[in-house]
Amino acid sequence: MSVKTLTIDGKMVTGAAGESIFNAAWNAGIHIPRLCHIGGLSDVGACRLCLVEIEGQPKLAASCLTPVEEGMVVRTNTPRLQAHRKLIVELLLAERNHICSVCVQNGNCELQDLAEGLGIDHVRLRYQFPRLGVDTSHERFGIDHNRCVLCTRCVRVCDEVEGAHTWDVKGRGRNSMVITDLDEPWGQSETCTSCGKCVQVCPTGALFEKGKTVAESRKDRRFLKYIVTARKEHQWIR
Amino acid sequence: MGERIVISPVTRIEGHAKISIYVDDEGRVESAQFHVVEFRGFEKFCEGRPFYEMPGIMARVCGICPVSHVLASSKAGDAILGVEITPAAKKARRLMNYAQVLQSHALSFFHLSSPDLLLGMDADPARRHIFGVAAEDEDFARRGIRLRQFGQRVIELLGGKRIHPSWGAPGGVLKALTEEERQEVAGWIPEAYKSMEIALERFKAILDGFEQEVRHIGNFPSLFMGTVDEDGYMEFYDGRLRIMDSEGNIVADGLKPWRYETFLAEASEEWSYMKFPYYKPMGYPAGMYRVGPLARCNVVHAIGTPLADRELREFRQRKWVVRNESFLYHWARLIEMLHCVERIEELIDDPDIVSEHVRVKADRNHEVGIGSCEAPRGTLFHHYEVDEDGLIRKANLLIATAQNNLAMNKTVEQAAKHFVNGRRLEEGMLNRVEAGIRCYDPCLSCSTHAIGQMPLVIELRGRDGELLDRLARN
Repeated sequence: MSVKTLTIDGKMVTGAAGESIFNAAWNAGIHIPRLCHIGGLSDVGACRLCLVEIEGQPKLAASCLTPVEEGMVVRTNTPRLQAHRKLIVELLLAERNHICSVCVQNGNCELQDLAEGLGIDHVRLRYQFPRLGVDTSHERFGIDHNRCVLCTRCVRVCDEVEGAHTWDVKGRGRNSMVITDLDEPWGQSETCTSCGKCVQVCPTGALFEKGKTVAESRKDRRFLKYIVTARKEHQWIR
Repeated sequence: MGERIVISPVTRIEGHAKISIYVDDEGRVESAQFHVVEFRGFEKFCEGRPFYEMPGIMARVCGICPVSHVLASSKAGDAILGVEITPAAKKARRLMNYAQVLQSHALSFFHLSSPDLLLGMDADPARRHIFGVAAEDEDFARRGIRLRQFGQRVIELLGGKRIHPSWGAPGGVLKALTEEERQEVAGWIPEAYKSMEIALERFKAILDGFEQEVRHIGNFPSLFMGTVDEDGYMEFYDGRLRIMDSEGNIVADGLKPWRYETFLAEASEEWSYMKFPYYKPMGYPAGMYRVGPLARCNVVHAIGTPLADRELREFRQRKWVVRNESFLYHWARLIEMLHCVERIEELIDDPDIVSEHVRVKADRNHEVGIGSCEAPRGTLFHHYEVDEDGLIRKANLLIATAQNNLAMNKTVEQAAKHFVNGRRLEEGMLNRVEAGIRCYDPCLSCSTHAIGQMPLVIELRGRDGELLDRLARN
């Protein structure tokens, strides 16, 4: 396995050939913000929060999908990147109805943490206030589309880890929605195994366990590492 | 040609409101109205939400009494689940409710009303506020603020934060007290007793100086409603409703709160956003009833704790007290605060209060859930109907302050007729009209930001709209 050496934020970093800049940076203790990426699932580069500057390239690159190259000079936290990230999170906040104060995930939410980390104390864009529903037809879980950021973690974990592919996406652009089966109520899904992996990987309170009240929800993602290492390396470790 | 005097906004109350006083050609007050000019819309926008989120959402109705909404909402949720919560959860809910009544009453008495009582109705408005009280008697003001802090601290220890704790849930509560927290609460008790003793003595000493106000601010017959336990003692969390008339006769007893629609109904008027509940058998508006501290002190057989009962006996023995004077809400509020301190002391001595068995789990089993409790300002009802997936189809909130709406309007009118001279406006007259409202400690929205800082504008207009006189307080 060949090793590439590169510079990230002025720090000499090494990564295996084919490894993403994102992973190499995190392994070196440089934490690039992200929303759609989650260790153990494939990357789709949907959220654009992990964009980085690569010297010599005019375009910004999604670090989760860009492999490390020998001699690369990468910057992850320039004022330009910060401005882009801030706008991306503001767009997400304005697009649907994210009311932290009455959300099950309040205080334990990746979107909220991102907004806080980026210093977002107000949203410069006009809120869209779409009328979106809540589906609590499933016996144990619910989905509140008001809080969905379309990261598709649920779609990927259901397909790649559970193997059920209950979740998918319908529509385009701002009309996109995650759906169960052929857009049927979750409770009527024939493919759902009720494993709850989608709920645990969801970064916001969009997918939740029924019965949880405001700020009560906690996500547990340890299962992902356990299953993925067991599958790839035949090691059953937590 | 008559005129209309408008007091807008009413100050030192919680929320936004105005008062219109209608004056005839001779300058005599014809009538007066209390308008609530804000609209919250909680009943509408919680439609479609899961019922187990309701305690957290409903806590946001109010920053002063979020706990009441959390409790009524959690109880409605218990009813939808169809469960009996654990004794420890019930005690934890009771503890938080007493803490909330204590802190809310402290706010009403010390922060909002004591300036009128201690400095006088005609005192300079520039210093007629809690800081003016502090300048006059620092220890008294400090004790009031500390009493509120005590109540808030208990709420914080249980619920994680002082305002809008998302702690209640259908089926129980999220957390009990720890042993260390229990000891901290115990440490506050002696000071609270001392402060209550001082406040009660002070109030009783100055009360005789307010005979005019007692007689003419909200002194009229009406029904009274409050929650009592099975033996007729004062109850804040769970019990049956009792309705009493102004002569002390029990009109109805043992009423089940979850059947409130069979005996209470709501009317509305185009000039106010607040509904006008009334006692159904007597019709509208004859079925006017009062709720809150005065009503509770009237309807109970006794309070049930020794110190508060001693005060209640004195309250009932004052020669000119005939249980109708709204001005005595202040006194009743102090008695209830003392009762809350006694109950908090009792509850934290109970081993159950540190038990972790505070939540039972169940699924949606019933379509309708109605929860009720005694909020600081009176009986509160939350009524939810859910669909088969547990999403709210309909919500109805019957708020304590609204139940005093008819009485508040009558109080305003009575005070205006007695104190206001339409030909010659004086700030002190209008303050007495406002003080009529403050007796009820109405909670019109959810914050204390109206604490004497908002400009008060009074306009005297002719019927055709011309401005005849104007007073502004900045």
